[in-house]
Amino acid sequence: MEETREIVIPGEILGDAKENKSSHGTYVEDGEIISKFLGISKKKGDYLSVIPLSGVYVPRREDRVIGFITSVEKVGWVVDINSPWEAFLSLSEAVDEFVDLKKVNITRYFDVGDVIYAQVVDTRRGDIQLSMNTPIARKLRNGVTVKITPSKVPRLIGKEGSMINSIKEKTNTIIRVGQNGVVWISGEKIEKAIKAVKMIDEKSHIFGLTDEISKLLSD
Amino acid sequence: MVMKTKEKLIVKGKRLDGRKPDELREIEMKVGVIPNANGSAQVRFGNTVAIAGVYGPRIAHPRHLQKHDRAILKCRYNMAPFSVEDRARPGPSRRSKEITKVTRLALEPALFLKDYPKTAIEIYIEILQADGSTRVTGINAASLALADAGVPMKDLVVALSGGKIDDTLILDLCGKEDNYSEADIPCALMPRRKEITLLQMDGRLMPEEVKTIIKNVLKAGEEVYKKQKEALKEKYGK
Repeated sequence: MEETREIVIPGEILGDAKENKSSHGTYVEDGEIISKFLGISKKKGDYLSVIPLSGVYVPRREDRVIGFITSVEKVGWVVDINSPWEAFLSLSEAVDEFVDLKKVNITRYFDVGDVIYAQVVDTRRGDIQLSMNTPIARKLRNGVTVKITPSKVPRLIGKEGSMINSIKEKTNTIIRVGQNGVVWISGEKIEKAIKAVKMIDEKSHIFGLTDEISKLLSD
Repeated sequence: MVMKTKEKLIVKGKRLDGRKPDELREIEMKVGVIPNANGSAQVRFGNTVAIAGVYGPRIAHPRHLQKHDRAILKCRYNMAPFSVEDRARPGPSRRSKEITKVTRLALEPALFLKDYPKTAIEIYIEILQADGSTRVTGINAASLALADAGVPMKDLVVALSGGKIDDTLILDLCGKEDNYSEADIPCALMPRRKEITLLQMDGRLMPEEVKTIIKNVLKAGEEVYKKQKEALKEKYGK
């Protein structure tokens, strides 16, 4: 999979719809595949796609996201997931044990301001449900969060996690990346890790980014 | 409008600012000028300068404005008090409300609003300096700002004005030409399929002349489109 860093603009023709297939960030009109975004065009097999260089996060099922609890409701929490729509985490999806609502105040589990790592289970638009019933879900404590452009998350992670793992190793930190563009960092050299993450966000479209990052990290 | 002086607007085939009838003014476009906005752009056509900022898609407020199946487009065109020679009275006027509406209608067909239900995309266009053709300059800036914000678009929107002075059909009117022209036509289009999204006319023209002006605008639109393309790619160092 060779990546090409060609920048395309909305309305630019990418290829013939007969020979190629339309994928993310494109649409078909008059038998031609056309870009929807200002982004980087990519060809994988016969699929043509465009990765936007900016934009908001649109939740999809199975996405793992980092969210901030913004309010506590009767049977759950409202979560800000860095998207135009608010997400809801219901009590049954969050806690394994039986909770007697008459006796227990649910803020003992999560309270306003808490940071959680959860999974999106339903996305009928505008009604996004989160779940913590996955082994990876947890409350994130003692860290800092950084926001990056959501479409650049795959770049930050790298091929099979190569990029993120090298940052983790070199800076001795624990990093969690949400698909929604929120990055949580905790550990030793936090500042350096933040610098690297922000650099990837800014320069994701440039060739030789991996070298630049390793140079930054080894300083 | 009646001409006060008998001053000729075209002398020896050259206009007031030395342009040929179908020549455009100097165009300058810059993307990403407002860091706080999701997307922004500044566009200059000669002495006309417009800046546009796009916010969103974000949840639409008040809630009764939300559409359950698509995003709504909120638009504002405003002239800064210092944009014209005598102070422009701040606040919405009849004129700015009208331009707000036609701008919205010119941009809406280019967007995939259905991708973001219940949200609003907000566009703010500010005219910093006015010297004719402000609405088309504003639309050009808004189009770039939308692309910069990562809003899915069918195509960019290119806008240009045409008109008639001294029995000559011209393109890209400046302020004086605008005031004393026999007619002017602001026009916005999506260049790939040459779809026109805004067409207004002020003045009197023969049907053939309207057709010719539209043809000229479609042709010269390519040049503006090229500038837009360059401006967008330039932001990412190309």
